[in-house]
Amino acid sequence: MSSHDIPEENLPAEQDTAHGAVTVADEENPFADPGLPPHEHRVQDIDEQAARRSERTVAMLFTVSMLATLGFIASYVTIPTDKSIFVFPIGHLSAMNFALGLTLGVALFAIGAGAVHWARTLMSDMEIADERHPVEASPEVKTKVLADFKQGAKESQLGRRKLIRNTMFGALALFPLSGVMLLRDLGPLPGTKLRHTLWSKGKLLVNMNTNEPLRPSDVAVGSLTFAKPEGLEENNEDFQTEIAKAALMIVRLQPDNIKDKRELEWSHQGIVAFSKICTHVGCPISLYEQQTHHVLCPCHQSTFDLSDGARVIFGPAGHALPQLRIGVNADGYLEALGDFEEPVGPAFWERG
Amino acid sequence: MAALVVLLIALTLSGGLYAAFAPADKAQADDTAQSLAIEEGKKLYQVGCASCHGTGGQGSSDGPSLVGVGAAAVDFQVGTGRMPAATSQGPQVTKKKNIYSQAQIDQLAAYISSLGAGPAVPTTNDYSPEGADIAKGGELFRTNCAQCHNFTGKGGALTHGKFAPSLEGVAPKHIYEAMQTGPQNMPSFPDTTLSQQNKKDIIAYLNAVNGDQTDNPGGLELGGLGPVSEGLFAWIFGLGALIVLAVWVAARTAKAKKS
Amino acid sequence: MSTASTNPNPAGDAAGGSRGRAPAGERLADWADGRLGVYTLAKSNMRKIFPDHWSFMLGEVCLYSFLIIILTGVYLTLFFHPSMNEVVYHGSYVPLQGQMMSEAFNSTLHISFDVRGGLLIRQIHHWAALVFLAGMFVHMMRVFFTGAFRKPREINWVFGFLLFVLGMFTGFTGYSLPDDLLSGTGVRFMEGAILSVPIVGTYLSFFLFGGQFPGGDFVARFYSIHILLLPGIMLGLVVGHLILVVYHKHTQFAGPGKTNNNVVGMPLMPVYMAKAGGFFFLVFGVIAAVAAIAQINPIWAIGPYRPDQVSTGAQPDWYMGFSEGLIRVMPGWEVNFWGHTLVLGVFIPLVIFPLVLVAIAVYPFIEAWVTGDRREHHILDRPRNAPTRTAFGAAWISWYFVLLVGGGNDLWATHFHLSINAITWFVRIAFFVVPVLVFIAAKRICLGLQRRDRDKVLHGRESGIIKRLPHGEFIEVHEPLSQEQLHTLTSHEQYQPVEIGPTVDENGVERKIKGSEKLRSKLSGAYYGDANQIPKPTVDEYKELTSGHGHH
Repeated sequence: MSSHDIPEENLPAEQDTAHGAVTVADEENPFADPGLPPHEHRVQDIDEQAARRSERTVAMLFTVSMLATLGFIASYVTIPTDKSIFVFPIGHLSAMNFALGLTLGVALFAIGAGAVHWARTLMSDMEIADERHPVEASPEVKTKVLADFKQGAKESQLGRRKLIRNTMFGALALFPLSGVMLLRDLGPLPGTKLRHTLWSKGKLLVNMNTNEPLRPSDVAVGSLTFAKPEGLEENNEDFQTEIAKAALMIVRLQPDNIKDKRELEWSHQGIVAFSKICTHVGCPISLYEQQTHHVLCPCHQSTFDLSDGARVIFGPAGHALPQLRIGVNADGYLEALGDFEEPVGPAFWERG
Repeated sequence: MAALVVLLIALTLSGGLYAAFAPADKAQADDTAQSLAIEEGKKLYQVGCASCHGTGGQGSSDGPSLVGVGAAAVDFQVGTGRMPAATSQGPQVTKKKNIYSQAQIDQLAAYISSLGAGPAVPTTNDYSPEGADIAKGGELFRTNCAQCHNFTGKGGALTHGKFAPSLEGVAPKHIYEAMQTGPQNMPSFPDTTLSQQNKKDIIAYLNAVNGDQTDNPGGLELGGLGPVSEGLFAWIFGLGALIVLAVWVAARTAKAKKS
Repeated sequence: MSTASTNPNPAGDAAGGSRGRAPAGERLADWADGRLGVYTLAKSNMRKIFPDHWSFMLGEVCLYSFLIIILTGVYLTLFFHPSMNEVVYHGSYVPLQGQMMSEAFNSTLHISFDVRGGLLIRQIHHWAALVFLAGMFVHMMRVFFTGAFRKPREINWVFGFLLFVLGMFTGFTGYSLPDDLLSGTGVRFMEGAILSVPIVGTYLSFFLFGGQFPGGDFVARFYSIHILLLPGIMLGLVVGHLILVVYHKHTQFAGPGKTNNNVVGMPLMPVYMAKAGGFFFLVFGVIAAVAAIAQINPIWAIGPYRPDQVSTGAQPDWYMGFSEGLIRVMPGWEVNFWGHTLVLGVFIPLVIFPLVLVAIAVYPFIEAWVTGDRREHHILDRPRNAPTRTAFGAAWISWYFVLLVGGGNDLWATHFHLSINAITWFVRIAFFVVPVLVFIAAKRICLGLQRRDRDKVLHGRESGIIKRLPHGEFIEVHEPLSQEQLHTLTSHEQYQPVEIGPTVDENGVERKIKGSEKLRSKLSGAYYGDANQIPKPTVDEYKELTSGHGHH
C-alpha cells in the first residue's frame, strides 16, 4: 500500500535485478503465462536412502494397522461388555467401546496415512496438464441429432394424430391418481379428535408421581404438581396419545394474586389446573417460576403468566394455555368439571 | 465482610466454649440444648439475616418472611451459601462458599423453626440410596425436574437471566431440601404430592446418572448438553481434524534443496 | 496357435499369444472388456488428472462420511426394531430397568449395551452424520466462493444442494428413530409445524402419524424414509454428482501453465488412487477415534419418549439448528377469522426455512443472468475478485449463524450469564441487520484486497528492507514480482457493467425497455460498476511504471 506514496524515481535502481534470474521475460506482455514451472525433485527422487526411509515408514504404518486389527479382535473377545474403566481426562467409560474404537481408528488411519505417504514421497510428483474439450456438441452433431429427432417424431405421427396424443396425455396424467388414492389410509380423518381430551365431568385429578387422586390440601402454595385423568394408566394401549393431550399442570396461587376473573372462577381455593401442552408446538411446558408465576417452555421459550389466565407474555406461542375447570367432589378429592373448553396444544386451521 | 467474618469467628468460639462448659445433666439436656440453640441462632440471625428478613423474621422489602419456612429451608439456603445473600443481586441468588459451620446452621434453623412450623431437616435415611428405585426415580425426574434441570441435572435457562442450577456435586441432603421447600423460583414438591419415597428415588437416580462414579460409556460427556455441544465438537474436532489431514494430503512434498 | 479359436477376444489373443498365457489379471481384464468395454473406459479415465488443493478434498470428506454412514447404518438395521409397541425394559442398563418404552428405544438400548461394538457403530454412525453435513456445508461454501458453480457446473451445484437438503432430512428422521425423549420432542415440534399449515395441515398431520400424535406409526414410517427412500435418492444424486465431476474435469486456481482449456495436476492412477483411497481410511479412522472418545446422543441418559415429559436444552442436531432459531425468535402471531386459525407464528418460520436454503441455491443462476456470460469457466475465482458474490455468501453465512445462535439461545444464556429474552431480541434484530453489515464489510475487504493486489503487481512486493537515500529520505525497497506471480494476479477476468442500449433505434422510434432489463443493468452496475471493483493493472500501466523509472 505504502508504495503509493513513494515517487518512482526514488526507488533504487537495482530493483530490477534484485530478484536474480527471474525478470520480466516477455517484452510484449509481462503478464503472459510463463507456462508450467520446471519440475523439481524431491529428496526421495535423488536420494535412494531417503526413498528407502519412506518405504520403511509406509511399511511400518501398514504393519501398525495389522496389529491394531489384531488388537480389535482381541478386545472384542476378551473385554466384558459391562466393563468400565477410567481414562484421564475423559472419565469413566466403557472399556469395550474405547478399545474397539481406538483399535479400529488406528487400523484405518494407518492404512490411510501409509497410502498417502507413499503417494506423496515415492510416486511420481510430476505435474501433468490434460486438455479440456468443450462440453457443447459441434454444430454438425447438433444438426444431425435434431434431424434424427424430427424424423422420429414424424414417423410416430404423434403430431398428426391428435386423438392419440390427447388420450395418451390424459391416461398418463390420470394414472398417478391411483397412487395418491392409495395414500388415503395412512391415517384417519381428523374429525374433532383434536378438540377433546380424556377429561370430563367428575374425572378425578390423579397425581402423576404417586398415582393417587389429589386433595386440595395436598397442593401447597408455590408447589408444582402434574396430574392425569383418573383411569389412564401407563400400560394402557393409548396412553401415549391420550397423555399427549390430557397432561395437566397444577399450581396453587393466593386467590388475591389471580388477576384473571375467569381463571379465579375456574380455580378451587386458588388451585388452578392448566394444560401442560404448549400452545406453540406442543412441548410439555412446565418450567414454573413460583415467585413470578411465569411458566416457560424449554423448547422455544414461550412464557405464560399463570396468574393472569396463562396469557402469553413472551415468545412464539399464539394463545394462552387452556385451563381446566376444577372443583371438589363429595369425598374431598379434586375433580374436573368438564373437558377443556378449547383444543389443547398447537393451533391448527380448524381451531377457530 | 472482614468484620462479619471476625464476628462470626467470635460467635463460633463463644458458642463452642459455651457448649464445652455447658452443664452435662442428661435429664434436662434436650430441652435446655434446644432453647440454647434457639438463643444462639437468634444471635446469629440478628447479625447475618435480620437486615433483610426483619428482626423477627417477618420479612421486609429486601427479603421474604421466614415464618413457617422450616429448618429445611434454612439448612438449604445457608448450607449452600446462598444466604446470606450479597447486597447487589443479579437475576437470582447463586450458591457460593458457605461461611457458617453446620452447628451454627443448626442453631439458625432452630431459631427459624421456633418462629413457625415448617419442614424439618431430612435425616440421612431420607436420602440414602438404600431401598430406592433408581428407574422410578428416573421417570419422576423426567416428569418433575428435567424440564428445568436437564435430563441428567446439568441445569438450564429460565426467563430474564434466571437459571436452574446444575445438580452436579450438590449434596443429597440439599437436593432433598430444595424439593421440599422450593427455594427462590423453584416450585416446591411437598411430601403430599411427591412422597418421601419419591424423593429418595430421585436422589438415587441423580446419583446414578450424575455422580462421581457415573459411567459415560461412549466417552466424553461434552457437558451433557445434547446436540449443541455435539455439533460444536463435530465441527471443531471432526471436520477440523479432517481439514488438517486434507491439507497434508494435498500439500506438495518438500523439494530437495538445490545444491 | 489354437488360442484364437478358444479366446473370442482378439486383443487378449494378441497380447497373450506369443508367450502362451497372459497374466491372470490381464486375462480377467480381457474378460471384462469383452462384456463391459473396460479398456475404452479406462483409456480416458485411468490417468485422469486431479489438481492438488486441500479445499478440493472437502467433497471427498462428504463422500467418505456418506459411505461410512451407509456401512454402519446397514449394521444397525440388523439389530434395530422400528416399532412403537410398548415393552418393559429388562436389559443391562440399571437406571431404566422396569420402565415402559417402545421397542425402538428398547432395541437401541440393546445395541448400546448388549451388542458388542454396537455402541461404537451407533456413535460412528451419528458422528459421521454430523461430519457429513458439516462437510457438505463447507464444501458448498468452497464451491460458492470460488465461483466453481458457473457454467458448465450449474447442474452439479443443484445436485450438491439437493444432497445437503436431503441429508438434513435423512439426519432428522434418523435422529427421531430411537424414540427417546429428546428426539420425540423434536417430532412433536414437527407435528405442531405441520398443523400450522393452512387448510390441509391437520390432515397432513393425521396422515403422517396415522392419527393423533404420537400414535403408533411414525417410527416405522420414518424408518423406511430414513433407510430407504432418502438414502436411495441421495445415492443416485451422489453417483450423478461424481459422474459430472469426472466428465467436467476438476476446476483449478489460476497459475502458471493453468488455463481454461487444461487441467494441471496428478494422475488418478497411481497418485490419486493412493491419495483419495488413503483419505477414505483417514476419514474413517478419525471418525472411529472420535466415536471411541466422545459420546453422542446418550439415549439412556435421555430416557424414553413420553409426550408429557421434557428436558431443558431440547435442540435438534446442528444442521437443523437454524430452523430451530427461526421458530424460537418468531413472535407469536395468530390470526382467527371465520372459525379458522392462521398460525403465522409457526407457519412463517416454516416458509422461511426453505427460503433460507433456496436463497443460496438460486444465486448461481442470478449471477449468470446478471453477467450474461455463456462461456465455460474452469479457472476458479479468488473470492476477492468477485466482491459482490463474496459479500453475498458471507452475508448468507452470517444469516445462517445468527439463526444457529437463536437455536441455542438457552445455552448461550446459561453459559454466558445472559438473559434468554435479551438473546431472543438480539436475534430478532440481528436477523435483519447482521447480513447487511456483513455484506458491506465483506465487500469493502474484498475491494481492499484487490487494491493491494494491484499495488503488488505495479510496485512489487514490500521486501521489508529499508533504504536511506542520499538526501536522507527512508524508503522501503519493493521487489518486483516474478512473471508467475504477475500472471497469477492478473489473469482474472473483469466484467463491464451491462448498459441499456440506446432507447431510440436508428429510425427514431422509441424502444420499450423492459423492467427486467433495467433491473439487470442496475444489478450489473452494482456488481461491476466503478466503485464495485478495482480495475486490474493493464500491461501499459505496468510498462509505464517499470520502464520509465529514473526519468519521470
